[in-house]
Amino acid sequence: MSILVNKSTKLIVQGITGRDGGFHTKKMKAYGTNVVGGVSPGKGGQEVDGIPIFNTVEDAVKATQANTSIIFVPAAFAADAILEASEAGIKLVIAISEGVPTLDMVKVTPYLRKNGTLLIGPNCPGLISPDEALIGILPGNIFLKGNVGLMSRSGTLTYEMVGQLTRAGLGQSTCVGMGGDPIVGLYYKELLQFFENDPETEAIVVIGEIGGDAEEQAAAYIKEHITKPVVAFIAGQSAPEGKRMGHAGAIISSGSGTAAEKIAAFQNAGIPVARRPQELAPLVKELLEKRTK
Amino acid sequence: MKIHEYQAKEIFSKYGIAVTKEKLCFNTQEAVSAASELGLPVVVKAQVLVGGRGKAGGVKLARTEYDVRDAAGKILGMDIKGCTVEKILIAEGVKFNKEFYVGLTIDRNTKSVIFMASKEGGVEIEEVAKENPDAIIKFPIEADLGLTAFTARKIAFQLFDDISLVKQATDLFQKLYQIFIDTDSTIVEINPLVITEKGDLLALDGKMNFDDNALYRQKSIELMNEPDEDEKIELYAKSKGLAFIPLDGDIGCMVNGAGLAMATMDMIQIYGGKPANFLDIGGSSNPQKVIEAMNLLTSDKKVKSIMINIFGGITRCDDVARGLAEAFNQIKVEIPIVIRLEGTNAKEGLEIIKQLNIPVVQTMGEAAEMAVKFASESK
Repeated sequence: MSILVNKSTKLIVQGITGRDGGFHTKKMKAYGTNVVGGVSPGKGGQEVDGIPIFNTVEDAVKATQANTSIIFVPAAFAADAILEASEAGIKLVIAISEGVPTLDMVKVTPYLRKNGTLLIGPNCPGLISPDEALIGILPGNIFLKGNVGLMSRSGTLTYEMVGQLTRAGLGQSTCVGMGGDPIVGLYYKELLQFFENDPETEAIVVIGEIGGDAEEQAAAYIKEHITKPVVAFIAGQSAPEGKRMGHAGAIISSGSGTAAEKIAAFQNAGIPVARRPQELAPLVKELLEKRTK
Repeated sequence: MKIHEYQAKEIFSKYGIAVTKEKLCFNTQEAVSAASELGLPVVVKAQVLVGGRGKAGGVKLARTEYDVRDAAGKILGMDIKGCTVEKILIAEGVKFNKEFYVGLTIDRNTKSVIFMASKEGGVEIEEVAKENPDAIIKFPIEADLGLTAFTARKIAFQLFDDISLVKQATDLFQKLYQIFIDTDSTIVEINPLVITEKGDLLALDGKMNFDDNALYRQKSIELMNEPDEDEKIELYAKSKGLAFIPLDGDIGCMVNGAGLAMATMDMIQIYGGKPANFLDIGGSSNPQKVIEAMNLLTSDKKVKSIMINIFGGITRCDDVARGLAEAFNQIKVEIPIVIRLEGTNAKEGLEIIKQLNIPVVQTMGEAAEMAVKFASESK
């Protein structure tokens, strides 16, 4: 088991004929992900690497029974692509596109709720359930199948942390890159719930960064509702105020959203915080050992 | 992106929101003639893109021509949180009896636009939020419906007793929401909104911030951008596909990915150093970007050492290495560098790096430790 994506995932790629879409479709397929189709308006009927292309998501779903879609279209068209997937009955949408206007996501959100569509991203690297399905741009080779669930607002920091876990022999059930924008789909609370309910996941890693107060809320939620061991890491302790640190959502505004506040929130909730990446794996190990005793 | 008060009020005005009569001035002479045109008293206000100008002495009431000259002279050229005041706004002095706060922003939690209002206007709203959060009314707005008249009225009734004011406010709130949507704002604020002696609502101040991701469809807003020196470098870097933010330390860093870049800066700090910048070379592996990044880092005279931290995913380590080799060909690099390459094509990358004679380490911790050591040795 794992969360959200696995062997039964049937994936379509929106923007499959674009440079990034094409490149990563190959990589996902090579990893073993079940890519059943692609969408590119005007190119319906063609094929890319043996994958059939459709003009609309609706056509693709009808022909392939796809249940998951990944979006590689340019930011200006991403919200429309998300809506198209949702209206076509796709249950899980992963939006990789970076630079989507925030108000576009504000408009899309109520429709996703209405249709019961789960969204990951935008501005995210996607997610992976090792040895089952890779949906996104993550480098598959650094992951190891196992029992640690991981969520993060960042891409390469996820790889760094996963590298730490894998080297220590701690495999992962599912790793989710949630996205670096102020408004994204599934976030800490929802993913914590998924991991809590997943029998395969035995420990959870929460990676946060400056901006907003979602980590503080996550800490409170973990204290109340999560029985599995959790370890946190927060990036941006040295970030200045008022500057957007690469991610649209990573900004300390009017003194709130600092790393110090977030670290304190986790510590106050009794959740250990790794201060350096290399502290992560030993902390997870320690908690897992305590638990089996 | 931020704009000045006078620009925000120009936008308010276009939408039919009443603002103070005012004139933008660049020198004392202009200020004096603006004041005589508007009639005394006037308020002299620094136009800077940072908050807290009132506390810094950037806003002064002037009752006489002498006051205007004095205030303009003092405020022009003043330094407010690192920003030099180059323009001032001369605004009519208005008699009013009460100050309110109204504003709109994006709420990450409800994933919606949120309307905020308070009877405790005229002070920084962040302070009200900390000390008396109940004094701020918050209404999340449904994206489909927008700010309906009845919702605007409901908010207005919580602020005003007089029905004439409620009617004015309902109209004003809806206009403010429309401005927010039309311009892809992230913040729109009137603080204070006042009731004049005649019983009319008037925007005494205005603040607007915009979504950088939406500037591609907000050309008229983008034209108002006035980047400061640091922001000019940031924009230049952005045009080269780099996310770069200058900081005041002496250890340059080059990283792929924003989260890892922040963690790298933190690591430098943990080892007792200070990062000179945030630099994310992004996800694609274009060697040219690495050359541009090296140019940025080496042109900063305070940089004493450089730490390169790459965890290859879509970014291929060999492409980064190639860019670095080319940068070494083009630029005379005299600053010590330490590099850590891991992930996609790291082996091939390290093969290229060998020829450059740069110390290579395994982990970001080791890299940070070495970069801090290099920087302290060169002092």
